[in-house]
Amino acid sequence: MRVIGQSIPKIDSYTKVTGAAKYADDLSLPRMAYGRILRSPHPHALIRRLDVTRARAYPGVLDVITGADLPHTYGIMPTTQDETPFALEKARYVGEPIAAVCAVDEETAEEALALIEVEYEPLPALTSIEEALAHPEQRIHEETARGNIMKEVHLEFGDMEAGFAAADLIRDDIYFFEGTTHAPMEEHACVADCHADGKITLWTSTQTPHYVHREVAKVLGIPLSRLRVIVPPVGGGFGGKCEPFAHDFAACLFALRHGRPIKFTLSREEVFYCHRGRHPVKMLLKTGVRSDGSITAVHLQTFLDGGAYASYGLATVYYTGALLTVTYKVPAYKFDGMRLYTNKPPCGPKRGHGSTQPRYAFECQLDKIAEQLGLDPAEYRQRIAIEPYSETVNGLRVTSCGLRECVDKVVVASGWQERRQRLPVGSGLGIAISSYVTGAGKAIYWNDMPHSGVIVTIDRGGGVAALCGSSDIGQGSDTLLATVVAEELGVEPLDVHVLTGDTSLTPVDLGSYSSRVTFMMGNAAREAAGKLRALLFEAASASLETRAERLIAADRWISDADDPARRISFVEAAQRAEAAHGTLSAVGSYKPPRLGGKFKGAGVGVSPAYSYTACVAEVRVDPETYDLKVERLWVAHDCGRALNPVLVEGQIEGSAYMGFGEAVLEEQVFRKGLHKIPSLLEYKLPTIYDTPEITAMSVETIDREGPYGAKEAGEGPLNPIIPAIANAVYAAIHARVDSTPITPDKIQRALREAARAPSATSEHRAGKVASR
Amino acid sequence: MRLPKFEYRAARSVEEALAWLDEYAPAVGKDPEARAMLMAGGTDILPNMKQRLFTPKLVIGLRTVAALRGISYDAQRGLRIGAGVRLSEIEASPIIRLRYPALAEAASTISTPQLRQMGTIGGNLCLDTRCNYYNQSEFWRGAREFCLKKGSEICRVAPNGTGCYAVSSCDTAPTLITFGATARMAARDGERETPVAALYDDDGIHPVKLHDGALLTEITLPPLEGDWRSTYVKYRVRGAFDFPIASVAAVARFEDDVCAEARLTLQGVATAPLPLPEAEALLRGQRWTPELIEAAAEVAYRAAHPMDNTSGTIALRKRIIRSYTRQALATLAAGPIAAGAQAS
Repeated sequence: MRVIGQSIPKIDSYTKVTGAAKYADDLSLPRMAYGRILRSPHPHALIRRLDVTRARAYPGVLDVITGADLPHTYGIMPTTQDETPFALEKARYVGEPIAAVCAVDEETAEEALALIEVEYEPLPALTSIEEALAHPEQRIHEETARGNIMKEVHLEFGDMEAGFAAADLIRDDIYFFEGTTHAPMEEHACVADCHADGKITLWTSTQTPHYVHREVAKVLGIPLSRLRVIVPPVGGGFGGKCEPFAHDFAACLFALRHGRPIKFTLSREEVFYCHRGRHPVKMLLKTGVRSDGSITAVHLQTFLDGGAYASYGLATVYYTGALLTVTYKVPAYKFDGMRLYTNKPPCGPKRGHGSTQPRYAFECQLDKIAEQLGLDPAEYRQRIAIEPYSETVNGLRVTSCGLRECVDKVVVASGWQERRQRLPVGSGLGIAISSYVTGAGKAIYWNDMPHSGVIVTIDRGGGVAALCGSSDIGQGSDTLLATVVAEELGVEPLDVHVLTGDTSLTPVDLGSYSSRVTFMMGNAAREAAGKLRALLFEAASASLETRAERLIAADRWISDADDPARRISFVEAAQRAEAAHGTLSAVGSYKPPRLGGKFKGAGVGVSPAYSYTACVAEVRVDPETYDLKVERLWVAHDCGRALNPVLVEGQIEGSAYMGFGEAVLEEQVFRKGLHKIPSLLEYKLPTIYDTPEITAMSVETIDREGPYGAKEAGEGPLNPIIPAIANAVYAAIHARVDSTPITPDKIQRALREAARAPSATSEHRAGKVASR
Repeated sequence: MRLPKFEYRAARSVEEALAWLDEYAPAVGKDPEARAMLMAGGTDILPNMKQRLFTPKLVIGLRTVAALRGISYDAQRGLRIGAGVRLSEIEASPIIRLRYPALAEAASTISTPQLRQMGTIGGNLCLDTRCNYYNQSEFWRGAREFCLKKGSEICRVAPNGTGCYAVSSCDTAPTLITFGATARMAARDGERETPVAALYDDDGIHPVKLHDGALLTEITLPPLEGDWRSTYVKYRVRGAFDFPIASVAAVARFEDDVCAEARLTLQGVATAPLPLPEAEALLRGQRWTPELIEAAAEVAYRAAHPMDNTSGTIALRKRIIRSYTRQALATLAAGPIAAGAQAS
């Protein structure tokens, strides 16, 4: 392979570093109007009166859009469509859109917002899991069947009773994972325009153009063919741009009504209100093990603080249970999940979607178990690790699995064996492992069509075009597309013109979520380019008078592998192939195999392949201030094959950075329903000064179904970071903090509690083991 | 977020700026918001204007006033810094790094390199006090209830309290106070001087005691003869970007290992920089043993009464004050080189 496996720069890197890339907010069209959104100041309130007369009359205002203009519900999951672009009769969180003003400029729109008269009747607000459970009578959504329970899941696999009966040690722990937000660098923005023929174009910063296309057309009541969604360069998403937002609908409606373009750019504060980020999750975890540490049964209960609307929450609640089984041999597993509505911005998917929180809990609990059984936590994990090409108790098919190699790598790199017991008090090493899907096995809406499609064309000058509906959100999917096509056709990645994320011109790709693009688009691209290569080889073999099987394509030449002097240029081969077959174009598509069990909810967690990661963290706790410093992170990730090693490394580093922030600093917290710190100054994302040195390592297992053996790298590496840090904190101070973020005050409290019951852990162990 | 509408004028001299201030001086019966404000680097006033904390009618730019620039040192008169000197210049100044290292250190911890390139020392001294209930957008403040510092009669941090508890957050003030610096101000009725310490009091609403119509023109630090040592230790949640939420400035002169003079000021824990005369008295005339340093750190710990209105928690910030006071004093006690090395 000539291109695959090379660390080439992203094809759009120069455009981005020179500032030439045109993000949604950089777009400008003649006669463009500007929109601003009025948002609810109340966490829960009935809208008694909404009068936009004065705002409409304000000089420079072109239109005011309210809930009455867009009354149709939408929602990213077909069965939980509980949201309207603008609140109808009541507002359910601070920041919920109430109306949009469209004006000749942004200042005018902003000024006119103050002229909209809204009479609210405040209702009691429920802002935590406990409050939502305690007050079933205060319905946030009247349609909910029971209290404020948005979704309840109960699944059981294997013989739980026998499992716990066979256990020598049973641990029961409670964990809490605090909510966090994505904070992409680019705030959400969109531009919509309506053309003379009545067709609307929406340029929007999104990870999922296909789903935005479907939902916006549905709410607007126009055929899909009348709407075209284009994704400009996107300045980060991390899950926060996976569904349509009020500004997308309002922009399209304005364009449709007025036949002129409009732009909406959200402020950073508004992005915090849009949220759709990591769910706060309370977890009750019970695990039984034999004295050798092998797991006999696991029972996980999760309570998700979902915020005011469903978003992806249906999938999230299932994800909190589904992936716990894919790392270790678990013979019996019970999962009870519950997502609750609360009066806060809706939660949704964030890097690691729903699997991050229970993974944190499980890895911390296994650390406690290892200690109680006197086992080395790294060796212990190796011993109970799942086997490659096996099936989990909940029916997930595991293919390639480099978990053991990942653990080996981080153990060696961190000096685990030599250093673990010898670090001074206050310093510690911790380990954790994890797994993640390489693409969701099922689409968001039920259908039998491919998950990704690619068109490749070759022109007479040897130029290659690759078209796909995918959305490059900075992770490098455009570069991957160029790389795969270049590899197949034997050209350079920069010879490939990439066009992605355009619902009118590119075939559907479901979007940049669930770490699916490299695997699915990669396979589709390989198929499309492979078809064209066959035509080129046919033409070349005729010209070179050699058998097509002997040919290879590389460096813009097609040559005889055994007789390299016998060759024909790529351009000439293309021209001969076009002469023989007509215009050169081919399509490829990918659909995951039919996977998973037959039970309800079996569609969540299935994936054509799972990535695996291990992390060792080194921390230091200040003995007086309890300030926590994460000194180093060693991360090894089984990505199948690193199609572009520098991109894989970048994804591992980015994931480690994000996990570090969630473990130590970040909190999406509220006071009476109002976000406490909706700014980048006070929402403490780590800076480069805070970020520990990260050693990123790849493990290649060459997956049978991935393109060239590749699996995902974009999300999985985040998951072990948080529990590895938590376990390292324990190693440093011999006290447990079982909630995130691990703050100095929590460390102090944990130390005080540990001091009060100095031998609790050992007694617990003796008691449990003896009671068997 | 967009700026409100305002008029902008770039002053060419101190006199011109003063005349314009006078033109918009708040008068009885006039809209108190219809005033003029001075802008040096703009790194504090502009974000605050976007949040509608200030809505001046006129903004007077000072960057064009040459008289406000320049750093000079004289063995007799000491160090003179123009109020318009950028923080990045303070940070890099060889004379400041040599003789007043705590000041260079403090300047280097402010925000980010980009903002230090714009922000000035005068602007930093005049930084508005900060509070989690105050430094928010107009939407946010309206969504709950406005606060005592802006728009309401009640402080949201201490609803039963009597004043505003917004936090003094400028990094240079505590070091300047410990160096015994003087601020020079120009007004239409003449110039005057005041110790930097006297610029601040416990009024969180009007944090800087520049009388109406006055302009801060320069800061003078006394010449330091002998074995002077200084340091500034700042705590913030992140290693960059953040305002101080607990920090310690320490300056001392030693004569053969005995402390002849000592000054200690805390920052980020009150509405004004907090000098610690009790700790200073404890340290003066003494050899600094670990026990003495510990006792001084305890004094600092007891003196700090932060409120729950910044990042971090009250308990954390108090612990930090004790730890950082000890750390600062230990650095000074370790010798002149150790103290000087702080800024390098």
